[in-house]
Amino acid sequence: MTEPSIFIHKHILGIKELSPQDIHHIITTARSFREISNRPIKKVPTLRGKTVVNLFLEPSTRTRLSFEIAAKRMSADTFNLSGSSSSTRKGETLIDTARNIQAMNPDVIIMRHGRSGAPHLLGRYVDCSIINAGDGAHEHPSQALLDAMTILDHKQSLAGLKIAIVGDIAHSRVAHSNIFSFTKLGAQVCLAGPATFMPADITSLGAHVCTSVGEAVTGADVVMALRIQIERQHDPLIPSLREYAVHYGINRALLKLAKPDVLVMHPGPINRGVEMNPDVADGPWSVILDQVTNGVAVRMALLYLVLGGDKSA
Amino acid sequence: MDSLIVLKNGRVLDPAAGRDEIADLWIEDGRIIVPDSRPIAEQNCIDVSGFWVVPGLIDMHVHLREPGEEYKETIATGTAAAAAGGFTAVACMPNTKPVNDGSAVTRLIKEKSTSASAHVYPVGAISKNSDGVELAEYGEMKAHGVAAVSDDGLPVMSAQLMRRALEYAHSHGLPVITHAEDAALSKNGCMHEGVVSTRLGLPGIPAAAEAVMVCRDIALAALTGAHLHIAHVSTAASIAHLRQAKREGVPVSAETAPHYFTLTDEAVADYDTNAKMNPPLRSEADRLEIRRALSDGTLDVIATDHAPHSVLEKECEFELAANGIIGLESAVSLGLALVRDKVINETRLIELMSVNPARILGVPGGSLAAGKQADVTVIDPHHHFILTEDTLVSKSANSPFLHQPLTGRAVLTICAGRITHMLLQSMKG
Repeated sequence: MTEPSIFIHKHILGIKELSPQDIHHIITTARSFREISNRPIKKVPTLRGKTVVNLFLEPSTRTRLSFEIAAKRMSADTFNLSGSSSSTRKGETLIDTARNIQAMNPDVIIMRHGRSGAPHLLGRYVDCSIINAGDGAHEHPSQALLDAMTILDHKQSLAGLKIAIVGDIAHSRVAHSNIFSFTKLGAQVCLAGPATFMPADITSLGAHVCTSVGEAVTGADVVMALRIQIERQHDPLIPSLREYAVHYGINRALLKLAKPDVLVMHPGPINRGVEMNPDVADGPWSVILDQVTNGVAVRMALLYLVLGGDKSA
Repeated sequence: MDSLIVLKNGRVLDPAAGRDEIADLWIEDGRIIVPDSRPIAEQNCIDVSGFWVVPGLIDMHVHLREPGEEYKETIATGTAAAAAGGFTAVACMPNTKPVNDGSAVTRLIKEKSTSASAHVYPVGAISKNSDGVELAEYGEMKAHGVAAVSDDGLPVMSAQLMRRALEYAHSHGLPVITHAEDAALSKNGCMHEGVVSTRLGLPGIPAAAEAVMVCRDIALAALTGAHLHIAHVSTAASIAHLRQAKREGVPVSAETAPHYFTLTDEAVADYDTNAKMNPPLRSEADRLEIRRALSDGTLDVIATDHAPHSVLEKECEFELAANGIIGLESAVSLGLALVRDKVINETRLIELMSVNPARILGVPGGSLAAGKQADVTVIDPHHHFILTEDTLVSKSANSPFLHQPLTGRAVLTICAGRITHMLLQSMKG
């Protein structure tokens, strides 16, 4: 990608608001940062003096670690604030928290929250940039960007690719962001899972719903399995993990239906033996750990771009 | 004391009498009187030429929040907002703190209403504390002034309790107002389940959560022969059940609210909590069907479901925000939009907002006949205005209709012969 596009977004709230050019711009920037992580001294001074607050109001280990490593490799100062958004405390608490953080004048807030739209709410009360690190069942844009980047490491383009996403689409912000991203980049997105896992009118987002996993995987260039949330069983969406594994788990036999050069992806953490068999997760098709590596680069790029990196460069 | 008021040269619209003509309306000592030949002083006259003179509007579904949540609204501020919106009477739902499930709260509301700007008809609870377990004491509440019973805000999940409520209320001559929602289907939902909820990643409430309960309650009304009134109908499926029930002669009536025939789930836009209510704003197909049902008689009433909340309940994450919007001060304008869009005519609008609610609740009003209590609303159908936090009379400002041009407004409200709202000058000034 050589087009001289300018990145104008102050916040990264979702893929929905990004253009295909924006997505390519972020990935190109991320690629240029990737080698920093392979240096003996993994640090550049680009964001020296910038303050990054990790506001994680829902438990997260990987995403937070990835953002923190990204910020530190760019020499930004990072601070962590965690808590729970699941309590029934009123929203003024979130707004008060936001105002308090704002009063300390940070440059970026990276926010994880259990409720959809919480970063949008925060954005109305603070002056700094906000990067959405996952909000409810809405969006997880940095995950979708690292997924697109990982696919583009192996394929020329997403245009015309068949990408199967298997699992609990309804409760997955990863699925939502990936549907937006993959369709914007021209791929055909095929969803599979029991109907209890499908949100209403999901085809309105441009995805195709398959009647079986086999149909979704057949001829696929990419197969992505989503984590089955065991905690969600208060709402009877599936009878058992055992039955799910039999009917919807990704195994070797199923993968034979896909293209020979299929990529197997998973946003992690994997329930091995449930949504994906270990031999698939660790097999030659798997790019699951490349996703993690690219995650750091994408998050470095996002921090750089929202802080106006393009303009100072 | 001279208490004569003469409304001069208005378009008098009295659907109950089949009247639609340019005339003067005379009011004296709190009653509508037959004009006579006595000389009238200028200070007794109000020129209402170009305006409609209609029976006082009645909102049979409001939340006045008193007792218990006076920081949101009180009987005084809520009825003042009603008067400003052209209403001369409101029926207030029992989900106060404590719940109006007995004569103590009913009496408190009635006492506070003696100085209010509109007639207040309390609605008693169906069940004690609206817990859905035991019947409340309808006989005693009726003796102190309740006009209906409802557990509004909460569905009565037990079909057996609903059956008993219908039977028992029937014995006391009270309609049962049902909040039709299957709580298991709507659990955790915070907006209409559809394209928009999927796009926003918000848990949805399917249209079926309302329709299955409408269906159940119609079956129980047919079983008991008791008068069932369905509150805030929001879906096309409910309308289909309702239409069928009315055809079969089931004693059922129903209302919708202005937001359901004006907005759709798209109004949630970027998590706007002022577009959050229960039932939620539905799809465009639902909206169009609601409009059709207002026109063909399937729906009987436009009621606002005026539900004041402060910023404490609304400035927060969408899923955590309280349900409900205020509606008293925008209802006339939104109702008139139906007339401008030729969905209904003027007469039908007045039936929906005055005649029918009076009939369903069995309360005075809905008529401009001589001798009746002088509850009169004067509407300027062309009045342009914008509601803002500062101009609202209600104590709360949770409305999706703020800061946008509205057309058509009550310019004069007279409740029992007393002027409760006036945007006009009397002829003397």
